[in-house]
Amino acid sequence: MKEILSGNEAIARGAYEAGVKVASGYPGTPSTEILENILQYKKIDASWAPNEKVAMEVGIGASFGGGRAIVTMKHVGVNVAADPLFTFSYTGVGGGFVLIAADDPEMHSSQNEQDSRNYARFAKVPMLEPADSQECKDFTRLAFELSEQFDTPVMLRSCTRISHGKSIVELNEPVSGLPEPRLVKNPSKLVMLPGNARVRHPLVEERMVKLAAFGASAPFNSVEMRDGEIGVITAGISYNYVREVLPNASVLKLGMVNPLPMELVRDFARKVNKLYVVEELDPFIEEQVRAAGIAVTGKEIIPICGELTPGRLRNAFTTAGIVGAGLPRPEQGDETSPLQIEKLPGRPPNMCPGCPHRGVFYTLNQLKAYVTGDIGCYTLGFMPPLNAMDTCICMGASISNASGIVRVLPEDEKKKVVAVIGDSTFLHTGINSLMEMAYNGSPATVIILDNRITAMTGRQDNPASGWTLRDEPAVPVDLVQLCRAVGIRHVQVVDPFDLDETRKVLMEEMNRPEPSVIITNRPCVLVKREGVFEKGLALSVDEDHCSGCKACLRIGCPAIEWQPAPEGKKGKACIDPLLCNGCDVCRQLCKFDAIGRGK
Amino acid sequence: MSNSVTNILLVGVGGQGILLASEILSEAFMLGGFDVKKSEIHGMSQRGGSVASHVRYGKEVFSPIVPEGEGDILFGFEMLETYRSLPLLKKGGTVVANDLRIPPPSVLLGQETYPEDLTGKIEALFPDFTLVDGQKLATEAGNIRAANTVLLGAVSKRLDIPEVCWRQALEKMVPKKALEMNIQAFRMGRDL
Repeated sequence: MKEILSGNEAIARGAYEAGVKVASGYPGTPSTEILENILQYKKIDASWAPNEKVAMEVGIGASFGGGRAIVTMKHVGVNVAADPLFTFSYTGVGGGFVLIAADDPEMHSSQNEQDSRNYARFAKVPMLEPADSQECKDFTRLAFELSEQFDTPVMLRSCTRISHGKSIVELNEPVSGLPEPRLVKNPSKLVMLPGNARVRHPLVEERMVKLAAFGASAPFNSVEMRDGEIGVITAGISYNYVREVLPNASVLKLGMVNPLPMELVRDFARKVNKLYVVEELDPFIEEQVRAAGIAVTGKEIIPICGELTPGRLRNAFTTAGIVGAGLPRPEQGDETSPLQIEKLPGRPPNMCPGCPHRGVFYTLNQLKAYVTGDIGCYTLGFMPPLNAMDTCICMGASISNASGIVRVLPEDEKKKVVAVIGDSTFLHTGINSLMEMAYNGSPATVIILDNRITAMTGRQDNPASGWTLRDEPAVPVDLVQLCRAVGIRHVQVVDPFDLDETRKVLMEEMNRPEPSVIITNRPCVLVKREGVFEKGLALSVDEDHCSGCKACLRIGCPAIEWQPAPEGKKGKACIDPLLCNGCDVCRQLCKFDAIGRGK
Repeated sequence: MSNSVTNILLVGVGGQGILLASEILSEAFMLGGFDVKKSEIHGMSQRGGSVASHVRYGKEVFSPIVPEGEGDILFGFEMLETYRSLPLLKKGGTVVANDLRIPPPSVLLGQETYPEDLTGKIEALFPDFTLVDGQKLATEAGNIRAANTVLLGAVSKRLDIPEVCWRQALEKMVPKKALEMNIQAFRMGRDL
C-alpha cells in the first residue's frame, strides 16, 4: 500500500514496523510530530519526557530490558542528551536503540544550526541519513537491525526539509518474532566503572571499523555511474538537489554517514575525473575524504551556512565556472535571473490575540527591566513593539543567566534583572537553575509564564499540564510548591490579564534583594482541551471616544489595527471581532474609555 | 506521461489552511499516478507569519523545494504574500490568488502601509492571472471557511489531473459532514 507521508510520519511508521516497544522524546521543531504520530500505533508505549536527557535514559532503560526503543529530539536536544549517549556507546544495547536527531539548517525554528553528524563521530556510533520519506521509514527499520547486529545505539539524522517534507511511501507489515523483553544481568557490560569501561572502549573502536567495512558493500551506500567527468559524494536531502541540478553527474549516495566507507569512496574517486562533496552545514564528509588522501572539492564552493536549495547549489557550481553534468551553460544565465520587486512590509510571527504573555512583556518594557529570556513562544517578546527581551541562549538559561549577571552588576542595576521562562522549559532544565539561584541567594526575579502547555512546538503536554502524550490524566507538578521546595521564599501567582496587579507584583519582587518567583496563571489560547482556555467576550473600539493616541497599539496585538485618517481627520484604532479573544489588556491601556466589551 | 515536473507554490499567512490545501493537491497528484514531493516550513506557522508550501509532481521528482524562478503556478491565499512570492515563478507563469488582504504587524501599528493596487502590479508582471473572491464564493457555497476549496477548484482547472482524482482527494482529506459543501465550493472554483 502507498501513502504520502512526511518524514516524521514515515519515521513513526518505521518504528512501528520495527516492533518498537518504547518511544520517548521532548518536543522540538522539526522532530515533534514523530512521537505524535507514533501514538496511532497502540502497541508502542509513547510518552513525553521533561527533557532530552531523561528521554534518552528512558530509552536506554527499555533497551537494557530487551525492548526496542526510539528516542526523538531536535538537534540542540542532543546537547542535553549527550551525557548518556557517549557512555551508552560503550555499553551497547539490549533491544535495538535508535536516536532521531532532527537538524534545522537555515534555523527556520532554532537558535543555531549545529550539525548532528559530528555527534555520531564524537560518540562513535553509526548514523544513517535518509533522503526522502521512503528512506525515513526503511532506514528506521534498518537502524534497529544494525543496532542489534553491531551492539550499538544508532543515530538517524533528519532535517527540516526531510521531517516536514512529504513523499510517497510503500508500507510494509511489522516484523514478528522479536524476543520478549526479560531481565538479563550483565553488570560487567552495563556498569561503566573505569575497569569495565576500559574493556569496552577497544570494542567500540573495533565496532566502528567493522561498520565501515560493512558499509562499503551495503545497499544503503550506492554508486550511480553516469558522466565520468563530475563525481559527487552526497547524502540525505542534498542528494535530491544534486540530482536536480547535476542530472548527468555520477553520484556516490551515502545512506550511512558515519562511519564512512572509505574503500568505496576511494573506488568511486578513481572512476571520476573530478570529485566533489555536496553536503549541508559542516564539511563532515569532505574533511574525512581529504584526510584519507583523496583530492576533493567541497566547501570552497558549497556554502557552509544555511540550507542548500537547488538554486544555491546551481549558483555554487556556476560561480566556480564549472560546466557539464547538466549544468546550464554560462550564456543561458540570463534565463534564470530572478525578478526583482520592491521592499515590502515583512510578516514575522507574532504572539496570538489574547496571549497571556503580552501583558507581562508590556509591563517589563514599561519597567525598563533587563530580561534574560528563554526558548518558547515568549521569545517573541523580543519583537517590536514589546521589545522586552535582552538575552536568549538555550533551554533553561534564563534563570542561570540572571543569577550570573547580578553577580557583576552595581547595586542599583541588580534589581532590573528579570528572567522569563515557560512552564515546559522550566521543568526541562530551568529547575536546576532555580535551585542554583536559591542555593547561592542571587537577588534576581524569575517569571514562570505558566500557560499549561508546550506552546511553540504545537501544544504538547508536559508534567505541569496534567495530561500525558496519550491524553491520559496525570498528577500535575505543583509549580508553587516546587519553587518553595528548592528554597525560594517569595513565590507569588499573578493574573497576567490584570496589568495593575502584574505591575505591582513585579515592582515588589524586583525591589526585593532576594531570589523570588512570579508565576502567571492564564493558559495558552490554543489549548483545545475543554475548560482550560475560555475565550472572553470580544472587545470593540468606540469611534467617538477614540482619540487616536495609539496607546492600545503598544501591545502589538494582531486583532488591533491602526486605521489611518481620511483627509483632515484623526486616525483611529479598530479591533477585529473575529480575531479578538477578549483578554481585556488593551482596554486597560485606554485612557479615554474608548474600548469596551463587544456590542 | 511527460518527463517534466510541474511546480506549484502555495503562499499565504499562518492559520489560513495552506497546509491542508497542499495535502489535497499532493493526494490528487498521487491518485493521478504521479510521483509527488511537498515541502513547507511550519514551525511558527500558527503565529501569523508568512507561510509557503511547495508541491511538485511529475514522473520522478527529486528536490522537494521548487528551484527558484521555476514555479509554474503560484497559488496565493493573500494578496501581499502572493505579490511577495512572484520572484519564485518562472517567466509567463500562472497566478491564482485570493482577493484577501491581511495586514502584517507593521501595518497594524501604522508604521507602514499595505501596498496599493497589487492586482494591477501582479497582472502587469504575469498576464496569466486569475483573481478569485474566495470568501464570497465560499459563502455562496454554504460556508466562508471553504474559501480555500474554491481556490483549489480554480487551480485544478490549470492542471492535467482527472476530475475523479480531485474528488477522491477531497473525500480522503475533508471531514464527512463538510464534504458536500466542499465539493460544491470546489466546482465553483473550477467553473470560474
